[in-house]
Amino acid sequence: MSGAGGLTLPVLRVALYEGRGARPLDGAHRFAVMQTLLEKGYRVTRIGSGDASRRPDDGNSLAVLGRFTEPQPAEAVGDAGGRVWFRDIGDETPDAVAALVEAIRAECEVHEPGGWKPWFPVIDFDRCTNCMQCLSFCLFDVYGVSKGGQIQVQNHDNCKTDCPACSRVCPEVAILFPKYRHGPIHGGEIQADDVRREAMKVDISALLGGDIYAALRDRSAKAKSRFSKERDEERALKERQKCLVKLQENLDIPAEVLASLPTLDEIQAKAEAAKTRAQAAIDAAAARQEG
Amino acid sequence: MSETGSSPAAPNLVYCRCAYARVVPRKVKDGVLEALADAGVDFDAVPDLCEMSARKDPRLAEIAGGKDVTIAACYPRAVRWLFSSAGAPIDKERVTILNMREETAEAVAAAMVDRKNGGER
Ligand code: SF4
Ligand code: SF4
Repeated sequence: MSGAGGLTLPVLRVALYEGRGARPLDGAHRFAVMQTLLEKGYRVTRIGSGDASRRPDDGNSLAVLGRFTEPQPAEAVGDAGGRVWFRDIGDETPDAVAALVEAIRAECEVHEPGGWKPWFPVIDFDRCTNCMQCLSFCLFDVYGVSKGGQIQVQNHDNCKTDCPACSRVCPEVAILFPKYRHGPIHGGEIQADDVRREAMKVDISALLGGDIYAALRDRSAKAKSRFSKERDEERALKERQKCLVKLQENLDIPAEVLASLPTLDEIQAKAEAAKTRAQAAIDAAAARQEG
Repeated sequence: MSETGSSPAAPNLVYCRCAYARVVPRKVKDGVLEALADAGVDFDAVPDLCEMSARKDPRLAEIAGGKDVTIAACYPRAVRWLFSSAGAPIDKERVTILNMREETAEAVAAAMVDRKNGGER
């Protein structure tokens, strides 16, 4: 699913309340309840002291769960105006507790957690030189430019899950994907060797024709012409596959992403538009420096 | 819910579950959660700090601005820039980031619980 929209909607938070007026959970029960709620995408705050009658919510919806020894209202208004629900969880199983929380979420109509793997580039501004190569490269409008002319990640949920390709075109190794398998892209410290190796990856894209999308286009165009001239369907397919495999291997682009690329004409148009935006940002930055 | 005025909604121990990926070894993330739950300390467990960053969750600014905050998540460089990109830059002096991708559950849990106990003298 795309996380579009879900990124701005409010969420339901959960407080596991074990202060005055509630019996504490034992460690194993506390662990199991928190583990289950976390896996379902709920943020859980464990609170072991205080007074359940105070409701320092943050204006969002809050579910307060506890083994209450004092009566609590089913629902109240929090200190910051958010809605607060109280539920006695007694010795309920973690799944039953999760069902209580799900019911509250349905009632308050906030966004259902999960469903989107938060995968997007994160820029290390200690390294970034604002060269805009990432903006030129990305076909999915993930990058943009701030009012101050700085590169930014603007459309996180446009990013293609598990595709770290833009990190490979960054000459400064400044793009991280925290959920990537390998370093330094996962955020591990950068060694001199990493910089050399990442630079090689960029060279590989050069090897493919200076611009991997251009390469993709050219190869495919060649394949197409061969197909029309020679009616050699198999060869055309092989040619294209060879290029795709090379891209996949060298830039670690998932096959699904390549399969979902726009048509060649759209790629051309998008690549041109992205390059124009990048150039405009570079020009504006230069003008600002001169001024 | 606190009478002291310090918001219980903002404990200074933060645990990231990394719920939507398998990059943090299950043994480590379960081990740390179990140890925190057993220790009976107050803490904030979040499903995914990356998602909070994309959402620009205001809680990130609370964490970043807190005193003696310890975050159990992944590589410190990644966590730092995730906070920064959400407009909540981390003060390195006040926030410690523990890496559950590289460290053992015992080491992360001990660092968190010890800090908590030390901080509550
Ligand atoms: S390619 Fe790298 S250095 Fe260039 S703007 Fe993007 S993140 Fe910054
Ligand atoms: S911050 Fe690290 S540990 Fe947490 S969700 Fe993101 S990648 Fe996973």
